[in-house]
Amino acid sequence: MSNKSDPVISGVGQSAVGKFVDRSPLLLTIDAIKEALDDAGLTLADIDGVSTWPGRVETMLEMAPVGCDDVIEALRLNVTWYNGAYETAAQYSAIGDAVAAVRAGWARHVIAFRTISQGSARKKPEEFPSVHPKGIAGVMANTLPYHAYSAANWVAQYASRHFHDYGTTREQLGQIAINARRNGALNPKAIFREPITMDDYLAARMISSPLCLYDCDTLSDASTVVIVSAADTARDLRNIPIRIDAVAQALPGRYTWDQPVEPACYPTARRLWELSDYSIKDVDIGQLYDGFSFLTLQWIEALGLCPIGEGGRYLEGGHRIARDGEFPINTNGGQIAAGRTHAFGYVREAVRQLRGQAGETQVDRDMKVCVTGAGGGPLSMAMLLARD
Amino acid sequence: MATRPRPRLTPLNRFYWEAGREGVLKIMQCRECGTWIHPAAPICPSCLSENVAPQPVEGTGGIYSITVNYQAWAPGLDVPYAIARVALDGVDGVLLTTNIVGDGAVEAAIGDRVQVCFEEQDGIWFPLFTRAQEDKR
Repeated sequence: MSNKSDPVISGVGQSAVGKFVDRSPLLLTIDAIKEALDDAGLTLADIDGVSTWPGRVETMLEMAPVGCDDVIEALRLNVTWYNGAYETAAQYSAIGDAVAAVRAGWARHVIAFRTISQGSARKKPEEFPSVHPKGIAGVMANTLPYHAYSAANWVAQYASRHFHDYGTTREQLGQIAINARRNGALNPKAIFREPITMDDYLAARMISSPLCLYDCDTLSDASTVVIVSAADTARDLRNIPIRIDAVAQALPGRYTWDQPVEPACYPTARRLWELSDYSIKDVDIGQLYDGFSFLTLQWIEALGLCPIGEGGRYLEGGHRIARDGEFPINTNGGQIAAGRTHAFGYVREAVRQLRGQAGETQVDRDMKVCVTGAGGGPLSMAMLLARD
Repeated sequence: MATRPRPRLTPLNRFYWEAGREGVLKIMQCRECGTWIHPAAPICPSCLSENVAPQPVEGTGGIYSITVNYQAWAPGLDVPYAIARVALDGVDGVLLTTNIVGDGAVEAAIGDRVQVCFEEQDGIWFPLFTRAQEDKR
């Protein structure tokens, strides 16, 4: 299955992560870059590419505070390729596009980063103005006017329908949050380190039914960096290279949260298996987006861990997804316990697990392949990462 | 209730947001093949005809999915309130995100019958829905 030409992840790094980190988004990004370079055994002089999602977006600086240009300027990077863009499939487009650039020979070592300032934006809104001149345009124009401000509201539409169609219960969905908090207790960087019980979960205040407080991740300040490097550089690297076996995306015609009956993660997962020689049976571990717990349930179904509609029953009792279960997921606590790193935190955890370097959160078994999925609604990407 | 965020009016979508002035819901439709097009677009996604026009619709439908929001995301927001996706009668392939308002709104459930009503704010008529009489519990 190994393809010797596949680009690899040579290093991962992350800034401090918290509900509020008193440091500018650019400096958090540079903290993460330094850690990733050290992890890979590279220097800034080796870097010839920069990539991010969604770039710097002035209408939503809390989500998108730092662009490629900011990083290139600050570090005087001598690059032959860079790309930061919003009209792409999901957070992992920063990594997927870097894979394509490395394959094309446009760059050999690309810093792919995701920086988010939603914690600071809540504390200091004046520094992160949300500007919509002449009103809401585009995909949100038919959603925000109904006070559907949060992805919690958008995801809840799919959750309520799933509960209705398949008899999914809060007790089943709650296993995702309970698993996240149990794993987060082992992670020194997690924001929430106290486990919760099913009673805690069922008693939590509702945010947007059927999603309660524990079904939602926490707005955070964070930057995470993944360095994507050409396959032929692997022998010179300090650390164990993790091969990027496949990167998949799919969007069947509707770029909205509210029109599709089937969110994009389902066709994305089907595409992932088309692009890889692996099947779900070859995968040891999953890092599956839990910005909202129900998105994880969707990935579980989409990837084929169970038939569509059976996600609730798959989660029953929580044993399968536990760190000693048949398919451990979100082993660092996911975003529910470890904060909204916006999908890049799963890649960092995947790399650390596959290398056997995950410290307190290390799963005690030999693992070769990890699947990671990110996004929600029309945003969707998935990757297979492998240690050969 | 808090002010609703204002959609940006364009030559293409203005009919949709102003239709409530006459108390009628309108959706863009292809005049050639009948495909409903929402949000409005200048071309039919089925037959690529540019002969598309706003069409009055019944304004009745059923709740396809629903959530009751309890979180006060903004100052002045009265919670709880219901956000639903409504499948309109006779308008295939369209789901309208909207608020269910009026009696029993937060008790509404998937499958409940609903009827459009309008709430005007600064020249925009937001299509909202109330539960149809026979469905009120």
